[in-house]
Amino acid sequence: MTNLTHLTITEARRRLAKGEITAVELTRAHTEAMAAKRGLNAFITETPDLALEQAALSDARRAKGEAGSLEGIPLGIKDLFCTEGVRTTAASRILDGFTPPYESTVTANLKRAGAVSLGKLNLDEFAMGSANITSHFGPVENPWKSKSDPAKKLVPGGSSGGSAAAVAARIAMGATGTDTGGSIRQPASFCGIVGIKPTYGRCSRWGIVAFASSLDQAGPMARTVEDCALLLGAMAGHDPLDSTSAPLPVPDFAAALTGDIRGLKVGIPKEYRPDGLSDEVARIWDLGIEWLKDAGATPVEISLPYTKYALPTYYIVAPAECSSNLARYDGVRYGLRVEGKTLDEMYKKTRAAGFGAEVRRRILIGTYVLSAGYYDAYYAKAQKVRRLIADDFNNAFKSVDVILTPTAPSAAFGIGDNTDDPVTMWLNDVFTIPTSLAGLPGLSLPAGLSADGLPLGLQLIGRPFDEETVFRVAGVMEKAAAFTAAPACVAPTQARRESAGEAGEGV
Amino acid sequence: MSLDKATVRSIAELARIEVPEEALDHLAGELSNILTFVEQLAAVDTEGVQPMTSVTAMTLPLRADDVTAGGHADKVLANAPEAMEGFFTVPKVVE
Repeated sequence: MTNLTHLTITEARRRLAKGEITAVELTRAHTEAMAAKRGLNAFITETPDLALEQAALSDARRAKGEAGSLEGIPLGIKDLFCTEGVRTTAASRILDGFTPPYESTVTANLKRAGAVSLGKLNLDEFAMGSANITSHFGPVENPWKSKSDPAKKLVPGGSSGGSAAAVAARIAMGATGTDTGGSIRQPASFCGIVGIKPTYGRCSRWGIVAFASSLDQAGPMARTVEDCALLLGAMAGHDPLDSTSAPLPVPDFAAALTGDIRGLKVGIPKEYRPDGLSDEVARIWDLGIEWLKDAGATPVEISLPYTKYALPTYYIVAPAECSSNLARYDGVRYGLRVEGKTLDEMYKKTRAAGFGAEVRRRILIGTYVLSAGYYDAYYAKAQKVRRLIADDFNNAFKSVDVILTPTAPSAAFGIGDNTDDPVTMWLNDVFTIPTSLAGLPGLSLPAGLSADGLPLGLQLIGRPFDEETVFRVAGVMEKAAAFTAAPACVAPTQARRESAGEAGEGV
Repeated sequence: MSLDKATVRSIAELARIEVPEEALDHLAGELSNILTFVEQLAAVDTEGVQPMTSVTAMTLPLRADDVTAGGHADKVLANAPEAMEGFFTVPKVVE
């Protein structure tokens, strides 16, 4: 019998439908993997008993002929989504003891589709970070190891680091992530999986702990493009509870994977090839361009001239919104309270003890840029530059259908590296932040391995609400990349398409 | 922009985050670095550019002004660090 944790969602759905496996069997294989790989620290809260209960109910629904689109599929949920009756932490001490009395729209949609939840996945505190090292519950370890130093613990990327690690380590078949400046795409790249941040408004933000409301967007992470398409189809949809959720029908994203991209124009932005871009990343990008040409698409050089201002724009807009959103954590209504003699003292002590260093820093920066006398110089200025960045993309999409870039400037680095200065860590998101500021869909897929044996991802960016073209191109690239490598902790002989002889090639 | 200790102290006060006196210097350095980084934006000509407040072209929808939820005081208070007789409790505010 094949190892059930190695199946894709697509294959598991087929076997479940044919009655070859049950949801309980599939879920038990994953709860066992979750226990066996606890060392990765991918989960903050494991709910194996609940998962098996849900799986049994799923089997019963299937027996009655009421199977949903993700019936019986075990998933992990980033611990930023509120889940009714299951502790939700946002990886912060300040939500100590918080158990939501309601369910986020996205996770409710997944439940309705029949999915089983294995538990709540680790992340950077309040989704602020690019290495999953700011979690109050400790860092997540990337299941991948470098060839040169196999003992070294690497970061899974962030903020959706637990999601990426769990999917790569075959603990979960897929996971939810959220992406504010690259938090789905960069960890997907670091862990060798697929992840898509859909267009802003495609998924409801209701019940997701807020970080920067004009940027936050939920999306799926899985091991194949088709699996991501299936997951997004279940997660997305209009929700009256989120006024920014788009009142648009949800297309059949998986049906967009036609394999035919002939005649498509693919933008290659010259600003994404700065001096000092690593040779490996440049090479894999060139390889991606070749795959698209081979499939009949036409690469077109484009210019996105305001790209270099995206990072400073983001680090005004996101902290400003964060300082406003996180004002709600006051020790009164939920979470941690540290007593003080006065109400103000209680607020200050609670927030000092409850927030970690990176979150405190961003709140302070946000407070400063929004304060009287500085608002125009910083926040209003950033909002104007944000429009120029979005206009760059609008102009580009007049002549191209999709844009191809690297996802991140490097492969995964060591836990503890890049921490000398906050700005160094932020540079990880240099290729993903512009897309976020423009609200566009962006997908990362694994394209190959670095010389050191670590995954490198490529990013596809689409027009607003045109995830279908992104998926269609991603499907073609996935086939060309034939990325079959898996982390060493995943037994290669048991994996689908993952026999040792087919392991991914270095670039 | 280089922030001094007094400015950091007042930002922390506005943000209601207690910062120990001995941490102010280091924090001032970190925040100053960040501000220097974001101040590259000053070089961008934004004359006549409208600030972008929403990435979608949508206007905010209106709905009927009906009560659609409520009556869950017990659920609302269930997560409170301290609650009494249907209310949140806080340290004494009025002397």
